[in-house]
Amino acid sequence: MPEPRTDYDDAVVRKFITATVLWGAVGMLVGVIIALQLAWFPANLGLPWTSFGRLRPLHTNAVIFAFAGNALFSGIYWSMQRLLKVRMFNDALSNFHFWGWQAIIVSAAVSLPMGWTSGKEYAELIWPIDLAIAVVWVAFAVNFFGTIAIRKVAHLYVSIWFYMSMVITITLLHVVNSLAVPVSLTKAYSVFPGITDALVQWWYGHNAVGFLLTTPFLGLMYYFMPRAANKPVYSYRLSIIHFWGLVFLYIWAGPHHLLYSALPDWAQTLGMVFSLMLLAPSWGGMLNGLLTLRGAWDRVRTDVVLKFFVVGITFYGMSTFEGPMMSIRAVNSLSHYTDWTIGHVHSGALGWVGFCTFGMLYWLVPRAWKKPLYSDTLATAHFWLGTIGIVLYVVAMWVSGITQGLMWRDINESGLLEYPNFVDTVTRLMPFYWIRLFGGLGYLVGVLLMAFNFIKTANGETAAAGSLEAANV
Amino acid sequence: MSENTHRRLIEPNARLFAILSTVAVSIGGLVEILPMYSSAVGPEHMEEVKPYSPLELAGRDLYLREGCYNCHSQMIRPSQAETLRYGPWTRAGEYQWDHPFQLGSRRIGPDLQRVGGKYPDAWHFDHMKDPRAMTPGSIMPAYTWLYDSKVSTSDIVDTVNGMITLGVPYDANPEAWVPAQVGAQQKKIVDSLALVKRTAAPDDEIIALIAYLQRLGVDGKAAITARAAK
Repeated sequence: MPEPRTDYDDAVVRKFITATVLWGAVGMLVGVIIALQLAWFPANLGLPWTSFGRLRPLHTNAVIFAFAGNALFSGIYWSMQRLLKVRMFNDALSNFHFWGWQAIIVSAAVSLPMGWTSGKEYAELIWPIDLAIAVVWVAFAVNFFGTIAIRKVAHLYVSIWFYMSMVITITLLHVVNSLAVPVSLTKAYSVFPGITDALVQWWYGHNAVGFLLTTPFLGLMYYFMPRAANKPVYSYRLSIIHFWGLVFLYIWAGPHHLLYSALPDWAQTLGMVFSLMLLAPSWGGMLNGLLTLRGAWDRVRTDVVLKFFVVGITFYGMSTFEGPMMSIRAVNSLSHYTDWTIGHVHSGALGWVGFCTFGMLYWLVPRAWKKPLYSDTLATAHFWLGTIGIVLYVVAMWVSGITQGLMWRDINESGLLEYPNFVDTVTRLMPFYWIRLFGGLGYLVGVLLMAFNFIKTANGETAAAGSLEAANV
Repeated sequence: MSENTHRRLIEPNARLFAILSTVAVSIGGLVEILPMYSSAVGPEHMEEVKPYSPLELAGRDLYLREGCYNCHSQMIRPSQAETLRYGPWTRAGEYQWDHPFQLGSRRIGPDLQRVGGKYPDAWHFDHMKDPRAMTPGSIMPAYTWLYDSKVSTSDIVDTVNGMITLGVPYDANPEAWVPAQVGAQQKKIVDSLALVKRTAAPDDEIIALIAYLQRLGVDGKAAITARAAK
């Protein structure tokens, strides 16, 4: 029996979507610029604010917290209202969350090129911004749990479990890893010393991947994939097992970033072993996503939403296989410090996070604006540009990483280094840096096509009543 | 626990679900991080490794500001290829006064753990101004602004005070002793540069950065060599 329609807050969803597309384009453009800087150093421009060491944190922060962050907020605000059959707990909190998050992004875009940094990778923002993040995140958490408290359905769907694990875990990670002693408005020093600081940082860094770029996106997959495919989730039992497996195991894996380092051996071994175990729940999620399409595979040929999800989930499977392999010490001794890591990260970021976001947006934008998508052809062009872009990027980085790793360890018959001059192992990589640049550029052009497509959609004719109605139930 | 129990007991109970999730995500972090503060299984302390001088701390701030860790590691792994290239592999105690850590994760340029003492001051002075003058083919940006901007002694005092708060063993009242020590170390570097006809002002940022780079890995290497000789 159809229930009466609830008055959902879709205005905030439209705002988050707009921010996702805008910051996505900006963050990826900065990525293209720093890729150019590695291939052609004059692109550093000789200015402090545009040098690689300051722009690279801007790129990582922008794509992780601005692009992926706004994307998952878009999907969470849309889906949780519908899953819980209730409007968000408090509109003021929703708006505070949106504008607060954007203000944080703008302040990051100013402070990082200025060189104001905490000096911790993926957590570079200075302490006043860290405090602002904590405040905005708590506002989001209150809104999130408030909405759950006033829900009109008793049962919490699997997507909500994943969202909840994000809200809780990101709070813990951010607060602990940001603990620092301020000495001025722009400078503070981490409270943890040396190798302990490294461990805390990678506990944070690896689980920012786990609980910002993985679990909420699995939650989005569990909502939007069945919607787009018009099929129920493949296995309820699998979703329970892989959820608890993932949230319990993920948190242990951080030390795999510190293999063969001065970190005590027991911690390195824990990191390696748990990383290997992580393969099981990760593939549980991948299989549950892909098998949801059983009986609907023919639609992947024509439906651009499903195209993006299928390739996105496949990249998830690929990089969650590659990750545990790279956590084996013998493999890590070759891959660590090389572009292999950069390639691994980007198969996850461009493939999984990016493509799931695009799949979600192509489904969501016509419904959030109640207008049909302007052009399927442009969307398909975006899909192919993006796919080719990722393949170029990742393959270039594999070859570059393994080449350099092998050159570093090459010892000749006299027992001396074959390439004693480090720079010889850098100049060899230039062709791959150009290929990577073109791959990234293709991916960015795809995103710009999407932005154009959405602008035309939003400015187009309203859809005929009923054609997109199913989405609002 | 059966699927049915999960459905009936846990899924409708948001509070229980949140508590169980919090427990599940907390265990790993607690088990890994807390023992780092134990003297039995935590990282070893190295008596021989002393805190950075105030000027070296100022140089370290510049290292952070310019994001050097995005391209340079400070972590030599225990393998023949690494020790041949860089020197003795890194011990945990060498980082004991580092807030924050700077191990790095990608070597777009070489590891810097043992760069201290590897080159004369003038090499760094020329290299930071134009990396390709010293290393043809290098893709490192030039850092020309380090030759115009100045470090401030009062900022360095603030930094030393911060380190004291963090438990790094510096003498109390840095206001009293830091300026003289900073001045002396600046003069030493400026003089060494003057000998080979490079002109710099004592408070130029490049002087502080050179001080930091020349200190990297020095105490650790001396301690490791001395221990091996015993």
